[in-house]
Amino acid sequence: MTSTDIQFDAQGQLKHFLTIEGLKRDHILQILDTAQSFITLAKKEIKKAPLLRGKTVVNLFFESSTRTRTTFEIAAKRLSADVINLNPQHSATSKGETLLDTVNNLEAMHTDLFVVRHPNSGAANLIAKHVPPHVRIINAGDGRHAHPTQAMLDMFTIRAHKGDVANLRVAIVGDILHSRVARSQIHALAALGAAQVRVIAPKTLLPTEVERLGVHPYTDMHEGLHDVDVVIMLRLQRERMNGAFVPSEQEFFNLYGLTADKLAYAKQDAIVMHPGPMNRGLEIDSSVADGPQSVILPQVTYGIAVRMAVMALIMGGKPVARKRRGNRSTRGSDETTPA
Amino acid sequence: MTTTVDINALIAQMAVALQPYLDERHPIMIGIHTGGAWIAQKLHQSLGLPDPLGTLDISFYRDDFTRVGLNPQVKASDLPESVDGRHIILVDDVLHTGRTIRAAMNEIFDYGRPESVVLAVLVERDGRELPIQADVVGQHCTLAPGQHIKLAGPEKLALNILEDNA
Repeated sequence: MTSTDIQFDAQGQLKHFLTIEGLKRDHILQILDTAQSFITLAKKEIKKAPLLRGKTVVNLFFESSTRTRTTFEIAAKRLSADVINLNPQHSATSKGETLLDTVNNLEAMHTDLFVVRHPNSGAANLIAKHVPPHVRIINAGDGRHAHPTQAMLDMFTIRAHKGDVANLRVAIVGDILHSRVARSQIHALAALGAAQVRVIAPKTLLPTEVERLGVHPYTDMHEGLHDVDVVIMLRLQRERMNGAFVPSEQEFFNLYGLTADKLAYAKQDAIVMHPGPMNRGLEIDSSVADGPQSVILPQVTYGIAVRMAVMALIMGGKPVARKRRGNRSTRGSDETTPA
Repeated sequence: MTTTVDINALIAQMAVALQPYLDERHPIMIGIHTGGAWIAQKLHQSLGLPDPLGTLDISFYRDDFTRVGLNPQVKASDLPESVDGRHIILVDDVLHTGRTIRAAMNEIFDYGRPESVVLAVLVERDGRELPIQADVVGQHCTLAPGQHIKLAGPEKLALNILEDNA
């Protein structure tokens, strides 16, 4: 079973959130719209909604992360869940068994939702296949495969600053090859019908047959950035590189680093995004990162609302063993809400 | 089945009944999405309240979230900056089980501590499951088992009686 099938229940509702692949435009819009209504939560005196009260969320991070883990933690806490953060030492030799054993033990402590980050592609899928039906999994990044909540918060950012994605040209720049973020973004942009998606990178950092994802590859920043509405910079993932992918960091910056000069090729009101953490002076110049077109910090803020939306959507309406009352158990049968 | 109830007449009658709650209290009016917000808009206009109308979507506070999940059309709540120490007129279309009102009050209290809350509803029907009652009511009604009353709108407000198909 692929991750595309495993993340839906029999009614076609999301039950895990593992990848953007297979999501329909409506799924994505539902997450974005729900996130929009969570944005106002931060205006309240008590910045909480009681949706996940009494639920236990475990952040299981086999790979280091500050932003993603913190925003997941805040998101779960704003939904009133109890949150536990674990960073088990990753051991490459015993990964499969150790991973499931770890999950088994945590599941025995009545965990309701696992947020998983793992250096191996497919780790979150493996866990999703393994856990009992009431347990939910969110993929917070697996190897080079997917980072779906990052892509969702990027779509939210684009929509908030530039409107309907369908009218926009988007360029994703840098280390496409190693980037799970880029893969998820490309799927999300395709589902939302973006006017054009470009990837800009040296040949060594472009996956082979990248065109099959429906994107237009460029190796030149001038051509690639021409007239785009959105520039998404990626981090050069030196920790995933085991060969010479770029001749030197200085040369990479000269050719692909986003400077004010290169940004001028894009539309005048183009926005600049970066999933973080940024390597200033390597893929992005400080004057751009801190400049007026940068929406890098808003991305972080939106990340909380988007992660709340994903958690709320997959945790709601689960089949419970409890006895149901009357005939009001199905969604939407009593539209007026239990008045 | 559409009823022949004159909704504008009911709203006018509610506006009169709300007079004692205005005076020096300078209340904030809050309508519950979706039908309650329509009624609140009309009341707000006819009473000429100076504070902007607030709206509340109680989806994040419903007590049946684990059973039915999130409402697919959640709207953002839009409350005035602070409800602390303010008198509040909460408006809904139909008071039935009382659960919506409980959820709405829980949400309001997350914005602050109001001085008082009064409840105004267009229709008060039977079937309460919680000790909640309205202070101002447009119309009382009793329905047969399996019947629901629902407000249609917003262009032309009408009350419809629906039968459970089950």
